[in-house]
Amino acid sequence: MEHGSFSDHSKSTFSLSDEDHTLANSIRFTLNQDPRVAFCGYSIPHPSDARVNIRVQTTGDSAREVLKDACQDLMLMCQHVRSTFDKAVVDYKMSKPVKDMSIEK
Amino acid sequence: MHRSPALDMPDVPKGQLPPHIELQRTRVLCNFDAPTHTENVQYSGAYSSMGVDNSLRMDQFCNNFRVEVIRLSEDDMEFDMIGIDPSIANAFRRILIAELPTMAIEKVLIANNTSIVQDEVLAHRLGLIPINADPRLFDDLSENDTPNEKNTIVFNLHVRCERGGPRLTVKSNELKWLPHGSEFPLATENTTSSSTSKPKTYTSFSCSQDSLPEFSDKSIGPKHPDIIIAKLGPGQEIELEAHAVKGMGKTHAKWSPVATAWYRMLPEVVLLQEIEDEKAEELVKKCPVNVFDIEDIAKGKKKATVARPRACTLCRECIRGDDWDKHVAIRRVKNHFIFTIESTGALPPEVLFNEAVKVLEDKCERVITELS
Repeated sequence: MEHGSFSDHSKSTFSLSDEDHTLANSIRFTLNQDPRVAFCGYSIPHPSDARVNIRVQTTGDSAREVLKDACQDLMLMCQHVRSTFDKAVVDYKMSKPVKDMSIEK
Repeated sequence: MHRSPALDMPDVPKGQLPPHIELQRTRVLCNFDAPTHTENVQYSGAYSSMGVDNSLRMDQFCNNFRVEVIRLSEDDMEFDMIGIDPSIANAFRRILIAELPTMAIEKVLIANNTSIVQDEVLAHRLGLIPINADPRLFDDLSENDTPNEKNTIVFNLHVRCERGGPRLTVKSNELKWLPHGSEFPLATENTTSSSTSKPKTYTSFSCSQDSLPEFSDKSIGPKHPDIIIAKLGPGQEIELEAHAVKGMGKTHAKWSPVATAWYRMLPEVVLLQEIEDEKAEELVKKCPVNVFDIEDIAKGKKKATVARPRACTLCRECIRGDDWDKHVAIRRVKNHFIFTIESTGALPPEVLFNEAVKVLEDKCERVITELS
């Protein structure tokens, strides 16, 4: 859910339900790394509500699009992490039997 | 650390941070009184006055990101994750603990319990037993669903300690999987009308779980056979049925797939100047975890070296007293995480991490679709 103004799309607050620090802090990182962002931050208005508010203020671009790009960036990072991790695990499992044999000798 | 006044600083090469700022950006300095430079600079324009772009470039991230597996066993793994921001590493950790589903006993139907363990305590103990079943093969059981073969695992526990015999220890291997579902008839059922048809029970399985292809090769049961559930004295008896359902760690810790998952930043131990002879011996003795070694150099002289920096617990014994902090510096590398995952057994740790990253991807996708 977006809370912003009709005339100025460069600043908005996005209210995400069923999310917490896990997503909000990661998105704050990717948003902060975007040169189009002038300010961003997040808050959890009440600890017993599963909801975060993410504030995005940009230098002119639509806040909604910038947030979408931040999510996209985070997703690409995750995909890269996953493929790198899987490759590292496969490599480890491949090298493991060799190591085991050398210990037995 | 070398400091010089701003006016005396050499011209800063464009596109590169001066060494002392680079040190502050990439390391936590563990000084004797307190750690400094613990923050992470996230803002893309933080170093723009020095001509350094701090924004996220995906190609740069992809080139620098590395994973090195240190240890991997059936339910325990340690790996290094290098070149990632703590906010994302922490997201993975949080998801591993609280947002990955597993199966755990949620409902316990107690037919008879004459043991000294109260019903509610017994039910709680059963809930905490790790169930060796792949949660990805099951559906969530929401409030209005009827328990069926896709969302419930039923176990039966019936033990009795005979009079005159020795006391009995009830262990988790007494939990017997019932692939056909509950065997307890529903209390409301009219017993006279359904003498021919199958009596209604607490679950409505349309088929036996062991006939399903995904469970035919391996049977479902507690991960460990030797968890003590209760102790029975002569004449005591427990008869119950336990229904395991899918859930997440944020609802209750019994659904957490990890015993724990944590990370620490890589310790870095630097000798700021040569430490020789008696001073070197003293340094080796100072360290309780044996980080330092002694190396022989020419003419019978000895020199201290940093042999095992990973073992450093940052106890700061080595920089205590005298001028030791002028000789040794201990730091942490901000973007190097030593990640440890201890699985409770339903899924191997490498699969858990993979699933955790997928969960974060799904969260992003949800936000994108919500905004479009």
